[in-house]
Amino acid sequence: MRKVFSRPVSLKDVPFHYCPGCNHGIAHRLIAEVIDELNIQDNTIGVAPVGCSVFTMDYFDIDMFQASHGRAPAVATGIKRVLPDRVVFTYQGDGDLAAIGTGEFVHAAARGENITLIFINNAVYGMTGGQMAPTTLIGQKTKTSPQGRKHEVNGYPIKVCEMLPPLEGTAYVARVAVHKPKSIIQAKKAIKKAFEVQIKGLGFSLVEVLSACPTNWGLSPIEAVTWLEENMIPYYPLGEFKTPTAGVI
Amino acid sequence: MALITFREERCKGCRLCTTVCPKNLVVMSGQINDMGYHPASVLEMEKCTGCALCAMICPDLVIEVQREVKAV
Ligand SMILES: Cc1ncc(C[n+]2csc(CCOP(=O)(O)OP(=O)(O)O)c2C)c(N)n1
Ligand code: SF4
Repeated sequence: MRKVFSRPVSLKDVPFHYCPGCNHGIAHRLIAEVIDELNIQDNTIGVAPVGCSVFTMDYFDIDMFQASHGRAPAVATGIKRVLPDRVVFTYQGDGDLAAIGTGEFVHAAARGENITLIFINNAVYGMTGGQMAPTTLIGQKTKTSPQGRKHEVNGYPIKVCEMLPPLEGTAYVARVAVHKPKSIIQAKKAIKKAFEVQIKGLGFSLVEVLSACPTNWGLSPIEAVTWLEENMIPYYPLGEFKTPTAGVI
Repeated sequence: MALITFREERCKGCRLCTTVCPKNLVVMSGQINDMGYHPASVLEMEKCTGCALCAMICPDLVIEVQREVKAV
């Protein structure tokens, strides 16, 4: 018999601190599998955010840097410009990327920095206890929107993937989900494509990963993945929003 | 023929794996692990095809899958 599924080499053999059913672990594994498949473990530098995934440097068996809140794209820019032969990616939540770090990701994209952003959208601030995020859905109840988000008061949720394509520096923009096996397979393909776009030097790439946070959604892990499917995907449709010119990849 | 192994001490009992098995083979054990969770397990291993869907959805890399792979 042959092993058909086992822990990727680029993921250290330590337990994750994430809550039961948290989708961060699935996203970590997919990135590590892609690093293994592209054979870039010794050549990849990751930048961790502030948020539940602040400890990712304890998990990926690659060089990692931990940035201040929201600043990962700026740090990644510096690393990539000094070490252009490395594959440089950030791993950021929606509080980190789409709230305090909005200026960072937009300008990194506009500059066409040749880096990859993995953007984990769980529609809430996880680490700090479930406050409303810019990505929180209309009507979604959080600690700071106990009656549900209202657009009159809180504005509308930010659609990051829809925002980026007009910026000429962006080469690859995709939204995926990791709540069921079929989506997980698609998610891995998109992450791999984003890394390949960077390796080919084609410009900025971002993969938004819709991800369940059962704890702060107040749902069981099984209810949470169903909630994601029924509520997040209709507002945040999956797919590729920008790809490099046909035939390049 | 397939063999799947669970690192029960790493399982947080989230049950996502029980929802994706096409043959409904994954069940939660009556035992409690050191973290205090009921870990996932497969009782009727002979029925497992090794499709690895349970391993794919597991957020904690608890599951390893081996399968008879036909020589090409
Ligand atoms: C400068 C600064 N402001 C605010 C915080 C508090 N804080 C920590 S994590 C976080 C948001 C985390 O949410 P997200 O990025 O969505 O990641 P998740 O925890 O959901 O994975 C905030 C506001 C901080 N650490 N530093
Ligand atoms: S709070 Fe949410 S995002 Fe953070 S570890 Fe728990 S389930 Fe995951």
